[in-house]
Amino acid sequence: MSTSALHADHHTHDHHHKESFISKYVFSMDHKMISKQFLITGIIMGVIGMGMSLLFRLQLAWPDEQFGLLEMLLGKWAVDGKLDPNFYMGLVTIHGTIMVFYVLTAGLSGTFSNLLIPLQLGARDMASPFMNMFSYWFFFLSSVVLLVSVGVETGPASGGWTVYPPLSALEKAMPGSGLGMTLWLVAIALFIISALLGGINYISTVLNQRTKGMNMNRMPLTIWAFFFTAILGLLSFPVLLGAALFLIFDRSFGTSFYLSDIFLEGVGALENVGGSPVLYQHLFWFLGHPEVYIILLPALGITSEVISTNARKPIFGYTAMVISLMGISVLSFIVWGHHMFITGMNPFLGSVFMILTLIIAVPSAVKAFNYLTTLWRGNLRYTPAMLFSIGLVSFFISGGLTGIYLGNAAMDIQLHDSYFVVAHFHLVMGSAAIFGMFAGIYHWFPRLYGRMMNNTLGYFHFWITFITAYLVFFPMHFMGLAGVPRRYYQFTLVEDFSVWMDVNKLITVSAIVGGFAQLLFLYNFFVSIFRGKKAEQNPWQSNTLEWTSPIDVRLHGNWPHELPTVYRGPYEYSRPDRELDYFPQNEEDATAPEVLHVEEKEVAKEEAPVENSVFFAAIKRVFGLSR
Amino acid sequence: MANHTSTQAAFENQPTWAGGRSPFNVSYGKLMMWIFLLSDAFTFSTLLVQYGTQRFSNVVTPITTKWPDPASIFNHFPFMHGLHLPLLFVSMMTFILILSSVTMVLAVEAGHRNSKAEVARYMIYTILGGVAFLSCQAWEWYTFIHEGARLDGNTFGITKQGYDHLHSVGFGDHFEWAEGDRTFGPVPFAALFFIVTGFHGFHVFSGVVINVVVYIMTVRGVFERRGHYEMIEKAGLYWHFVDLVWVFVFTFFYLI
Repeated sequence: MSTSALHADHHTHDHHHKESFISKYVFSMDHKMISKQFLITGIIMGVIGMGMSLLFRLQLAWPDEQFGLLEMLLGKWAVDGKLDPNFYMGLVTIHGTIMVFYVLTAGLSGTFSNLLIPLQLGARDMASPFMNMFSYWFFFLSSVVLLVSVGVETGPASGGWTVYPPLSALEKAMPGSGLGMTLWLVAIALFIISALLGGINYISTVLNQRTKGMNMNRMPLTIWAFFFTAILGLLSFPVLLGAALFLIFDRSFGTSFYLSDIFLEGVGALENVGGSPVLYQHLFWFLGHPEVYIILLPALGITSEVISTNARKPIFGYTAMVISLMGISVLSFIVWGHHMFITGMNPFLGSVFMILTLIIAVPSAVKAFNYLTTLWRGNLRYTPAMLFSIGLVSFFISGGLTGIYLGNAAMDIQLHDSYFVVAHFHLVMGSAAIFGMFAGIYHWFPRLYGRMMNNTLGYFHFWITFITAYLVFFPMHFMGLAGVPRRYYQFTLVEDFSVWMDVNKLITVSAIVGGFAQLLFLYNFFVSIFRGKKAEQNPWQSNTLEWTSPIDVRLHGNWPHELPTVYRGPYEYSRPDRELDYFPQNEEDATAPEVLHVEEKEVAKEEAPVENSVFFAAIKRVFGLSR
Repeated sequence: MANHTSTQAAFENQPTWAGGRSPFNVSYGKLMMWIFLLSDAFTFSTLLVQYGTQRFSNVVTPITTKWPDPASIFNHFPFMHGLHLPLLFVSMMTFILILSSVTMVLAVEAGHRNSKAEVARYMIYTILGGVAFLSCQAWEWYTFIHEGARLDGNTFGITKQGYDHLHSVGFGDHFEWAEGDRTFGPVPFAALFFIVTGFHGFHVFSGVVINVVVYIMTVRGVFERRGHYEMIEKAGLYWHFVDLVWVFVFTFFYLI
């Protein structure tokens, strides 16, 4: 690179930006600050969402007890310390909404896409920092509206996080279907705008802002995961927007797109009929299923990075990892029907959805095996991030296996809407993704705040969370197989279900212990921001570019001088010809000048188009066209 | 402060793309517009899927439907009362919108030649086309509402001919045809029309606003100073997309 430019602003890089408080912390356009904003908002929403789950778990374990604390906390929603049934439904709904959309979509993908896409690709910032800022503020607004909806007189939306009509379409259906539901729709509309602004930005940045030498097949797997996640969001959220539009018209303007002949207390609820509530389910799950992967893929990407770095080994099967991500993304759009096997779907259509669903097991298994083979005989470093990543693999396998049961149309008739489903998705999507998020936070905390988190607290956090997560969700499989339905307020009146009361108590106690373990994390996180040990430049001896940008100073533009040039893939750990066990992507190979020469020539000349890189190489290999 | 600005300036002078050949060889702005349009296409698809589902759930036999015949409803033309001119007005609207797409192409082409005056002229034509389309749509809605179309009900039914056919194949026995009896017909008919054409109309309106902004920027010489008229191309992409969507809306709502 030209050294004159390097000298020109050499003296400037260690000066802090003199920005005003507003432009630095509030309406910041720096992707690193926006990522922190997403993270902190996500953590706050996560605490609220988890707190809600503890409240309704309390009700499920001790339905006849009276908790004075509840009345103090919730007022008229818990008269005499007993949770109100309608508010119970509201809690279940808002817990699901917060966790799925606000924590695991925006909190996870928003945080790490924003942080890592520019840093790992060697870009100054996102393609459009301005839109990026808007993306966060729409998300913030959306969070506020959702939280406000919990406090309205008639309670929050209560029809489940999927808000199926007619419960969501008729204001008379239940108390939460009134103002609470309207606010829910407003919140989700704002959320969709935020997701679209973010997604457009992520995709453009990945395609258009990579630094010199950063081919697509040299991108870290995190970036591949964020890239596919953004594509999924971009193509599926508009469908939810359309569905919500019709729902709004059904609610407020007297149309009947989703309403058929409905009777409330023996009286026809509506004059206008002729719609179909099943259509809403189709549209919703066209978003809903890709949404599952919007949640999971970033966690899988983070895990690839963390496991490879901490096993000091190249990731096993980089190409296979990319192709399995791609396969999962494509398949996720054509399997939504497996959420609807019992809606009266034509059995033939059901079997098509079933086969497509079961095919997802193939790329998922590729990923699971690649994680295990990367760990195999690695030089493992058990950092908290590594433990959480291994925890993710564990949840991904144990939760994924039950997916094969549920994807089966015949099995699903028995298991649908039972606790088996709850157990399945809390393990494979909930716990796995949240563990990916924790892994990401522990791993990139030095990058975010320039300080280290406390490892000991991290270990305690991991082990308590890991064990309690299994204690909470594993017994639910057996309850579900026995037919215990989800979303019920109380099980004591039915003999078949009341035998599970002891299990319910075990689950609730574990949930409370696990919940309080998160206080360790919160303490560790917030104290370390201010008091943590100062981080070294590259604390994990990682190869990727984010560790080459100065860690001790927040610099809008990421690199003080030239952007780094990339010479190799991101996972060259423990190369036998190297003394160090890592080989940063931007480091020139001083020992092999002729190699460097070739590299430079390759960089300088026209590069192969995207399609020719990983994907085509793999296809060629599969069909034996090369080698 | 000086340091800060000089650092920033140093960044801004550097190209953002350095990763070899750009994948699609377009600027990030154009790429973003394409990606947005892709996502918007899914929104419109949702609306049209809803339309298709409701419409085909009202098919009684392969050739008979309870869905009202659009040609018998949209047969009005301004200042020509009482004449039966099926789909003439909406065809004119479509023609206007397609014409405005043509002038948009000419504006983009003029932009490539950096011809400010021509860009401004063709942008004016495009804006006029958009405004004309919106006005026509307003008249269409007005007439439709005037005839009794509402969101929460349907006053349009099948024709006598269609009714007779239904009878001949064994349906519709539970009601008798009476003159003026037009309440037979699927409820969401008018609501779907309002939502889908309304959503499209909103897009046209946004497009007109974008075009006006771009026109003002052109006249004030912003693009001339910038050295290229890429913004016109981005606005053009959006405008063509809106036109393309109208072709689908027109086909599904009026022709089929």
